[in-house]
Amino acid sequence: MNLSERFTDTNIPEHPEKATLEGKNKFVGFWLFLGGETVLFATLFGTYLGLRHMHGTGPTAKELFQLPTVFLATMILLTSSLTSVYAILAMKQNKIRAMQGWFFITLLLGLAFLGLEIYEFNEYVHEGHTFTKSAFSSSFYTLVGFHGGHVLFGCLWLISLLVRNWSRGLNLYNAPKYYLFALYWHFVDVVWVFIFTVVYLMGKVG
Amino acid sequence: MGFYEVMKKWLQKGRLVPLFAMMAFMLMGCGDPTISTLNPQGQVAKDQYSLMVLSIAIMTLVLVVVFLIYIIALFRFRAKKGDDSIPKQVEGNHLAEITWTVIPIILLIILAVPGVYGTFKASAGDKAPKNQIDLKVTAHQFWWEFEYPKEGVVTSQELVLPKNTKVHVELSSQDVLHSFWIPSLAGKTDTNPGDGTKTYTWLETGKTERVYKGKCAELCGASHALMDFKVKVVSESEYKDWLTNMKSATAKSTADTAAGQKVFKQNCMSCHAVGKDGGNTAPNLTGFGDKERIAGILDHNKENLKKWIHDPQKVKPGNNMPKFGGKLSDEDIDAVADYLMSLKLK
Amino acid sequence: MSTIASHKKRSGLMDWLTTVDHKKIGIMYLLGGLFFFLIGGIEALFMRLQLIKPENDMFVGETFNQLLTMHGTTMIFFAAMPILIGFMNCIVPLQIGARDVAFPFLNALGFWMFLFGGIMLNCGWFLGGAADAGWTAYAPLSTTSAGHGVDFYILGLQISGAGTLMGGINFLVTIINMRAPGMTFMRMPLFTWTSFVASLLILFAFPPLTIGLFQLMFERVFDANFFNADNGGNAIIWEHIFWIFGHPEVYILILPVFGIISEVVSTFAKKRLFGYSSMVFATVLIGFLAFMVWVHHMFTVGLGAVPNSIFAVATMAIAVPTGIKIFNWLFTMWGGKMKFTVANVWALSFIPTFVMGGVTGVMLAIPAADYQYHDSYFVVAHFHYVIVGGVVLGVFSGLYYWYPKIFNRKLNEKLGFLNFWLFFIGFHLTFFPQHFLGLLGMPRRVFTYLTGQHWDTMNFISTIGALMMGLGVIVLAVNMLISISSKYKVTSGDPWDGRTLEWAIPTPTPEYNFAQTPLVRGLDPLWVEKSAGNKEMTPAEPVGDIHMPNGSILPLIMSIGFFIAGFGFIYHHWLVAGVGIGIGLICMLLRSVIDDHGFHIHKEEVEADLRGVKA
Repeated sequence: MNLSERFTDTNIPEHPEKATLEGKNKFVGFWLFLGGETVLFATLFGTYLGLRHMHGTGPTAKELFQLPTVFLATMILLTSSLTSVYAILAMKQNKIRAMQGWFFITLLLGLAFLGLEIYEFNEYVHEGHTFTKSAFSSSFYTLVGFHGGHVLFGCLWLISLLVRNWSRGLNLYNAPKYYLFALYWHFVDVVWVFIFTVVYLMGKVG
Repeated sequence: MGFYEVMKKWLQKGRLVPLFAMMAFMLMGCGDPTISTLNPQGQVAKDQYSLMVLSIAIMTLVLVVVFLIYIIALFRFRAKKGDDSIPKQVEGNHLAEITWTVIPIILLIILAVPGVYGTFKASAGDKAPKNQIDLKVTAHQFWWEFEYPKEGVVTSQELVLPKNTKVHVELSSQDVLHSFWIPSLAGKTDTNPGDGTKTYTWLETGKTERVYKGKCAELCGASHALMDFKVKVVSESEYKDWLTNMKSATAKSTADTAAGQKVFKQNCMSCHAVGKDGGNTAPNLTGFGDKERIAGILDHNKENLKKWIHDPQKVKPGNNMPKFGGKLSDEDIDAVADYLMSLKLK
Repeated sequence: MSTIASHKKRSGLMDWLTTVDHKKIGIMYLLGGLFFFLIGGIEALFMRLQLIKPENDMFVGETFNQLLTMHGTTMIFFAAMPILIGFMNCIVPLQIGARDVAFPFLNALGFWMFLFGGIMLNCGWFLGGAADAGWTAYAPLSTTSAGHGVDFYILGLQISGAGTLMGGINFLVTIINMRAPGMTFMRMPLFTWTSFVASLLILFAFPPLTIGLFQLMFERVFDANFFNADNGGNAIIWEHIFWIFGHPEVYILILPVFGIISEVVSTFAKKRLFGYSSMVFATVLIGFLAFMVWVHHMFTVGLGAVPNSIFAVATMAIAVPTGIKIFNWLFTMWGGKMKFTVANVWALSFIPTFVMGGVTGVMLAIPAADYQYHDSYFVVAHFHYVIVGGVVLGVFSGLYYWYPKIFNRKLNEKLGFLNFWLFFIGFHLTFFPQHFLGLLGMPRRVFTYLTGQHWDTMNFISTIGALMMGLGVIVLAVNMLISISSKYKVTSGDPWDGRTLEWAIPTPTPEYNFAQTPLVRGLDPLWVEKSAGNKEMTPAEPVGDIHMPNGSILPLIMSIGFFIAGFGFIYHHWLVAGVGIGIGLICMLLRSVIDDHGFHIHKEEVEADLRGVKA
């Protein structure tokens, strides 16, 4: 089958993302990349854990964090992970419109999450929790900001993916691309679960 | 002849024994007793030295075995001219492979047990035991501040301690990382900035009265190489006298040095202190006339002192003292130098 | 099967700037690495000249600190690593019977990022002073260092580090997915195995460095407080992050060299590698332990007796797998019929030299004794014994060994021996006395010393040795230059009577490496076929069209974009930073939206090539 030939319902492979050597390479390579990303975030978490009580004259985590907003953000991101799962399920059944729809919802949820995060950071800055305030604030913004940067990059990636392939259907060339995006999105989501626990819940408890 | 036969022959003939003896002899008493780790004078350094000797001995044994096999293989298994035959392709040998896994493990255990014991012995808690001299070391770019908190005495660059004494040392830094090292008395400990990362160590002065050399052992800027200090180990009574004199010392002057003192008060005392008066951001100059070195590095004489005051950057690049040549007249610098050289404790 | 007619033949410079061929990228890595090796070497010679006598005043204070920082950084990141990655590029795909690497585009990107990172680091020399806080860049010295030297260090390493990470992932996937039929993991040559483990170490060790460098940058550029004790920061965090990266980093350097030595010693002893399985096991174990021992660089930091002891024991444990390797090499020699080619002499000289570096490593592992060795010249001697006596000797061995495969030329053996003896004797003269300098109390990273401490003679000898090493390197450069002459051309693809797959390929290596993917029937596959009386490998497939990737200029442009962005960050010029990042992102977008299906080399062309070889 030609790389750019549209799948039909009968000839679509069971795992379109791994049907070519290139696809397999991307699949394995991306998993490895996520392994590296895990260490990257682990380093950020380590730094944050080492410095989270060093708030100096700035507000403490307990004073600062508003759990309702963060909980809402968590729900939004978890849901977006679910919608990306639906998108990939649709892809495997060659339901291109359904896949695009689910990915579109994923994108909207991602943007909503980013909006909430910007709102949240803005609030914190007004309470005196600026980037340069203390070791706590620097490590907080770096950790959460790195995650936010990952969400932003994911949104840009998804937009370019959807726009480029809007009317092209699915084929051996673009199926791995959608799949990798979904993998990435799940990873970003998992990192957020850790941020929610380690930064916000532990910050509230003590 | 196989590998095992060769080894057996060498071990039986006891050829390894003299080698060890020779090595231990070679290392003993090596170098200058005021700065060599191989010529330790205090108990802390002696303990560290014995660990070094043990590890060197075991490692020499390893080297001898490896070199022996290597040299034999190198000479015996060369391709002869014209011999195009293929040597036997050996996959491995379980007995041999187990041997060279197990023997190193045993050697490492022999090394690790005293190693870990020594590490625990060398570690100091954050509290000094009673009746022990308590010392606070603060490192600065590029000088050392020594405080005797129980006595309320502060000095710089030259540490004075009684002989046969164990000292509990608390270390920190005012700026970047440094490391406090007196090779003949004790291994090094880093000084870290901030209250949360203070470090603690032991220092034992040994039985000889002598001036030991101390070094900064962590890259700390342009004059890292010049951040030397001295440890004067003196008798118990001398130490007592020194403390008394340090406590009572004031910024006194005679008719000859009154002019110099005036210049000093106007230009230097915002940073430097003499006795209780003056700032604390630069070395305390009490008893300056008795010191071993100027700025820790130059020979102690008036010419060098003038050179230093004239342009400290030329002596110790990157240090924080401003240049006084051009700011003060040559006469004023001369007067200050006279004044400082006159600051003797006795 | 249809083919896509998008294949443009490029020639000359444009071919090199756009290539995604792993063999060409490998050559560029090698030459780039050797270039930085010369720069790092000159910096080393300047330092040794300053220390030739007490109270010398040739390079003092800040200048000396810049030299020592740039020497270390250049040698580790821009000489040793790229040279080894160059070997991996040139050799690993050939050894596993692959036609290409998994991600040719990323491979090219990795190279250009390395090159521009190295240029960025060295820009400091011309723009107000290079980095001066040591290659370890300990905070707060690095965060408060005046001028922009440390900024060049941060951005240079950040850019090249990203490239290295791509290279690591590329080799992992290549080795996992693209082995020829029959090339099982336990039949892979040792160089491929060690490259595999080194790539794993790259994957897990570089991200901490990335974060550490970001933190340094944020602290210098945006006044963050990670390491600033005045605002609650903690400088020791940087030490942890740096060494969590830094210790695996030195194993990233030495592991591929272990592979080279295994290949060379076995080839020239005409014997299969002794204890292959235990060699693989030892490699993996060393790779694992690499992440468990970083605190041994920090024994004097004051973490306490418990952590120090735990990390001491873990460190000593590394001696066991390393010892297994040494003895396996010795017993590969034992019973062999060794030929003393220059490549083999480098490899054989590696063994005792590396053991000497290894035993001082075990000595350093005992914390209480390390309080004396740490940051003294003893440590300088130790790590130069493992990095020069280990990595560099091994790299030179690999260079002489694979030169015919990479450049289709053989290096002159007589000059090779001159190169060897100058370098080898010079090396021991330089670094052996430094053990004793350290034991006699000389701290490292000092620009001068006073006389009367028993240090003068040994420092003098050390400098003379360094000059000899310099001469040796000049001889190597001459040797490489004259090898351009067609006199040194090799015609055989197998000049050493090799054992592994790379020697089954004709010279010069075709663009597609293997006309037909070979069928691997055992360890040392070419040797297996030779022993069975076959002249060449048995093919695993009929001759057919071969799919190849298209070249692209995007990796170069993208790297230039990040290079420009680096200057923006260094000089706090946000527009420039934005433009640079923008160029990078646009290149990524272009790469994503322009379909690139590669092209096919037609069956007829391949058949014609095959006839040409046979004729």
